[in-house]
Amino acid sequence: MTFSVPPPDLQDRRTWMGLLARARPERLAELVPDEPDPGPVILRQPEIGTVMVQGRIGAAGSPFNLGEMTVTRCSLRLESGAVGHAHVQGRSKDHARRAALVDALMQTGRAAQLRRDVLEPLLRDEADRRRARAEKAAATKVEFFTLVRGEDR
Amino acid sequence: MANPLTAETLGGGFDDAPVQSARAFRAALDAMARPGRIHVIAGARPPAPLSVAAGTLLLTLADGTTPVHLAGDIDCDALRGWITFHTAAPLVPAEAAVFAVGRWADLTPARRFAIGTPEYPDRAATLIVEMPVLQAEGPVLTGPGIRDRARLTLPDPEAFRANHALFPLGFDTFLTCGNRVAGLPRSTRVEDF
Repeated sequence: MTFSVPPPDLQDRRTWMGLLARARPERLAELVPDEPDPGPVILRQPEIGTVMVQGRIGAAGSPFNLGEMTVTRCSLRLESGAVGHAHVQGRSKDHARRAALVDALMQTGRAAQLRRDVLEPLLRDEADRRRARAEKAAATKVEFFTLVRGEDR
Repeated sequence: MANPLTAETLGGGFDDAPVQSARAFRAALDAMARPGRIHVIAGARPPAPLSVAAGTLLLTLADGTTPVHLAGDIDCDALRGWITFHTAAPLVPAEAAVFAVGRWADLTPARRFAIGTPEYPDRAATLIVEMPVLQAEGPVLTGPGIRDRARLTLPDPEAFRANHALFPLGFDTFLTCGNRVAGLPRSTRVEDF
């Protein structure tokens, strides 16, 4: 398999899809309360499965299997023809549906509004979660230092 | 990646996958267990030129672990995209295929396909042959699953006779036309007139 640097718009889409995938389902439900009318055509019903998560370690960076995680995926199409996909972590079908919906709407004229109302709050939530976790970890850090060693007398 | 992500490519899957795939699987089992009997299956709406029956079989049977070969005009961008999106099956040349789909003229010579090995006769290909007509008339079939005799339109009786001669090796076949499917496993004898 070959990897290449995606074009900027794809990179952008990757960022928001990742953000939606990692979001808390309840939080996303608050931010995206209901579906547009007419509702989207479901191309792939939300379904639960597992994916193997790979990690890279060591100087060579060869991949290894870290473990399987549960994901839920969904694909849908809006009236306008925009297709949204989502693979989200966990077992929430609503979450997958909403994430796919946001992915599709991000390709329409509502992108700027969604970016402000949905993606940016999610980004802040994620930053908060990361900081809280980093602070908790930092609180357990032990600093070793030497008061006096005696040999400089 | 030349697959256009069109409505045609992404639509046409099962609306209610658990129920529809279970029904289609049961029909596929029955078709193989009772060679020559024609069953109706539906659920998939594949892009042209694939038939509903062949599309439903693929959605039901194929997944990421079953390489699929598309023969002739079945091998088009819309269908490649459709199969990839809905089943994630890899698309491969005839020799590597677990499932091969196409009209009989495009699938010949049929001896290209995997017939299994004496240790693992199950490692054989299953052909899904698109038929212009599919009726209970034509060459006489006998063998397991057939009470006395059955008749079925076959594209090339001689090829299926040769395939039966390889038993327990050999490929298995689904014949599809519109929303109808019939099975022709390698165990079925195609009688001479």
